[in-house]
Amino acid sequence: MSESATKPMVTATLDGRTVTVPKGTTILQAAETVGVWVPHYCYHPGLSSPAQCRLCLVEVQGAPKLAPSCVTELQEGQVVHTESPKAKEMRQGVLEFYLANHPLDCPVCDQSGECKLQDYVHAEGRVHGRSREPKRGFGRDDYGRDVLFYGDRCGRCTRCVRFMDEVAKDPRLTVVERGNRSVIDTFFEEGLQGSAFAGNIVDICPVGALVSKDFLHKARAWDLDHSPSVCPNCSQGCNIDLHVRDDVVQRLRPRANLEVNHHWMCDYGRHRYEWMNRQDRIEVPVVGSSADGVALEWGLALRQVADRLANAPQPVMAVASASSSNEDLGALAHLVRALGGGEIVFRSERAEKEIPLPGFPTLTRRYDLVPNRMGAEILGMTRVGKDDGTGGLEGWAAHRGTLLVLGDELRDVGVDFGPSAGLYVYLGSYPTPAASSAHAVLPVTTFAEGEGTFANVEGRVQRFWPGVRPPGLARPAWLVLAALVERLGGAAVPESAEAAFLRVAELAPELQGLTYEAIGTQGALLNEPVALPGSRS
Amino acid sequence: MAYPYVHEKEVQIVSRGWGKPRTRTIDGWRELDGYVGFRKALEMGRAAVIEEVKKSGLRGRGGAGFPTGLKWSFMPKEKRGPHYLCCNADESEPGTFKDRELLRWTPHQLVEGCLIGALAIQADHVYIYCRGEFFEANQVLARAVEEAYAAGLAGANILGSGVSIDVTVHQGAGAYICGEETALMSSLEGRRGLPRVKPPFPAAVGAFGRPTTINNVETLCAIPHIVRNGGEWYRQWGTEKSPGTKLFCVSGHVRRPGNYELPLGFPMNELIYDVCGGFEEGRKLKAVIPGGASVPILSADECLACCLDYEGVQKSGSMLGCASVIVMDDRTNIVKQVRRMVEFFAHESCGQCTPCREGTTWLSRILRRIEGGKGTEEDLETLLALGTQMTATTICVLSDSAAVPVASSIQKFRDDYLALIRRGEAVGVV
Repeated sequence: MSESATKPMVTATLDGRTVTVPKGTTILQAAETVGVWVPHYCYHPGLSSPAQCRLCLVEVQGAPKLAPSCVTELQEGQVVHTESPKAKEMRQGVLEFYLANHPLDCPVCDQSGECKLQDYVHAEGRVHGRSREPKRGFGRDDYGRDVLFYGDRCGRCTRCVRFMDEVAKDPRLTVVERGNRSVIDTFFEEGLQGSAFAGNIVDICPVGALVSKDFLHKARAWDLDHSPSVCPNCSQGCNIDLHVRDDVVQRLRPRANLEVNHHWMCDYGRHRYEWMNRQDRIEVPVVGSSADGVALEWGLALRQVADRLANAPQPVMAVASASSSNEDLGALAHLVRALGGGEIVFRSERAEKEIPLPGFPTLTRRYDLVPNRMGAEILGMTRVGKDDGTGGLEGWAAHRGTLLVLGDELRDVGVDFGPSAGLYVYLGSYPTPAASSAHAVLPVTTFAEGEGTFANVEGRVQRFWPGVRPPGLARPAWLVLAALVERLGGAAVPESAEAAFLRVAELAPELQGLTYEAIGTQGALLNEPVALPGSRS
Repeated sequence: MAYPYVHEKEVQIVSRGWGKPRTRTIDGWRELDGYVGFRKALEMGRAAVIEEVKKSGLRGRGGAGFPTGLKWSFMPKEKRGPHYLCCNADESEPGTFKDRELLRWTPHQLVEGCLIGALAIQADHVYIYCRGEFFEANQVLARAVEEAYAAGLAGANILGSGVSIDVTVHQGAGAYICGEETALMSSLEGRRGLPRVKPPFPAAVGAFGRPTTINNVETLCAIPHIVRNGGEWYRQWGTEKSPGTKLFCVSGHVRRPGNYELPLGFPMNELIYDVCGGFEEGRKLKAVIPGGASVPILSADECLACCLDYEGVQKSGSMLGCASVIVMDDRTNIVKQVRRMVEFFAHESCGQCTPCREGTTWLSRILRRIEGGKGTEEDLETLLALGTQMTATTICVLSDSAAVPVASSIQKFRDDYLALIRRGEAVGVV
């Protein structure tokens, strides 16, 4: 805000609309502020603009030639037409050139349905191309890592080359040859091997030239539901979309957030989504020990668990997970408080090193490989155990009080966990031997199935939305825990994740004043955020 | 050894001394009043040099014909870091061979012109970007630069004046597109030779991100004479708007093709029939390309009244360009000639802009098909439409250049195309 107040502004007319933007704004960006989308390939908001795709040319009244709107700054009083006959005719011409050597293999192309060439040609292209000449062929190339190159589909926009040069600062791609023979290629044989961010070039490719091996032929773009989410694979909290078909997460795609991840995400995070599709799930509440446990519907299960909790043996100890949302963790903290208080610990995996994105170091694969360590810590939970996410619970075997577990699979602990506990309640998504001694096992949803918030390494609270339907009777942990609190005489069950979030603020002053609306899709900083090296201030 | 042929109507200014190996040496050049202009320029000061060049009306000889003095005055007056002068010696327009001779025979003329130009625009460094295939010219030029350094005419504190100008000869690697000024700068910087978007113009952001002026070899070669003799002196030749002399590279079906230095405004008829000796017995004029492959072709009728200056050629429907006059007699298969030119542009397109990358190849393929007798009349309409789609839609003008000969030849020699399309017979054989 203060920036625009001090910067000189220019006012111009764009397609009959008046636009006022800071001086130095390009015509293309200015057009977007009034909802005019100028077609383009080579321009990308996160990269430099070579103005070579020639699709974003617009008519500037008084200028002899059409101007590339991605690099032409809007001038005071200018009259710009993006839809004039001249501009449209030119676009139709350029699109015809794009198709002259394009294989038109949309039926087998992964990009089909989210392809800019398809979109633009469908909107403005000629009904029939005039080319009668044989098409030039390049074939395919394996660039290494997850990336395949279909040369025939390539429009030579060079976004991939510029991403590797400017953002990854790891120039592994280049244009070889000249003219119609020019093609994107790798240097030497290693290709993209060793690059930690190469997956982004698949996202930014406007056509189907660069495709992901992992996603190849898995789903058609139009069958995918996109739900906004936050990458759960490290504490950076890159904004992402879950692309889901038939309740199966098919891929993760970065979602723009200029403060967190710009338009990018790392390959580490991108390729860790298979666990969201795990089919071995706890689907029904089971109350009773493993030998005589009974599957119950929720009402009965909650009543029985609440009855036992009413006389919970002391002391109360709980194991939480830094992969749980603030809402879940807050509800757990409320329950522990309702039981008279107790220690809550969590274990989390930590990497040996961070992996920064050189061109945008705010985006770094962080040490903490969990999304919500910050949230757990502001709720007073203590991290225990080793950096591989194990250990720290050695003394708990002999615990005779009440034991609560939320989310941690306790893989390293095994069947020996909690046999002597007076009361052991396990809330989780996946069956685990460590729950075999539990007096109650309650199914909860995963992050992909629920709504909630994470606080990232910087202290930015970010929302995620449900993308997948939960299996069986799994319910959000905050709902289950709040129901127990209510049955113990506490506050009524919150009606929504948002209400659950507002209740978390009672325990953490850092969250006070934040609402789901304020967090929105781009997140909001905690009251005391952490200054990160390399972050934008 | 005399230079192959000098016609009596020629006015030898920049071509004086051609053919004499001695002119290549610094002493030989001094005998022709060499470096007198540069000494004078040092005394005059840079503002007066620009004034004198403006007064001469000298226009850029690379093809665009932009007034040189005006171009120099676009450079920032206040210097806040290095300025550069680039000499465009990447001569590769089909039909052009004037710079090669200037480089081969009078390298010191160019070095002197470069030094004066650098002085005028306060350049610290002159880069002579020389076409890679000009092996001899490169060697001759490098020797001349060495001699200039040895004589204290280049380098630090030239002749005790306090002015320092370095001169570097940079050998290109054989891309036509590097003759485009922004591509030349990219190539000079060690990048791919890709044209850049203007603005920013080179005078603001040029080579290595610094203010830069790019001048053609022939332009810079005329500078020492203008400074030595004064701007008014240069105006005694040529026309009001196109003063001075120009090297005409005449090629094709004339008896005496070659380089001829003639006053601008020289009648084309006289050039073809008198200076170049006309055609072989029984042959007559069919077409002329007056300014290199990228200008519209002129039919025989249009050539009759054509005067060879920037305005005169424009009036006849073409452009003077770099004055590479390609003369074709009635044996010429126009379709084949146009196809060859378009294939050249397709081969040399840098591939950045879509209309050029795809369009040049597409045009050449259609033309090849027509030439092979497999064309249709519809193809002619497609060619013209593609030409329109390729014009004024790209970063540089290579795309426009490829479309020009196609459109102008279809317009003026449609019958040649139709003969191939309808009967599969070519008009002409070469």
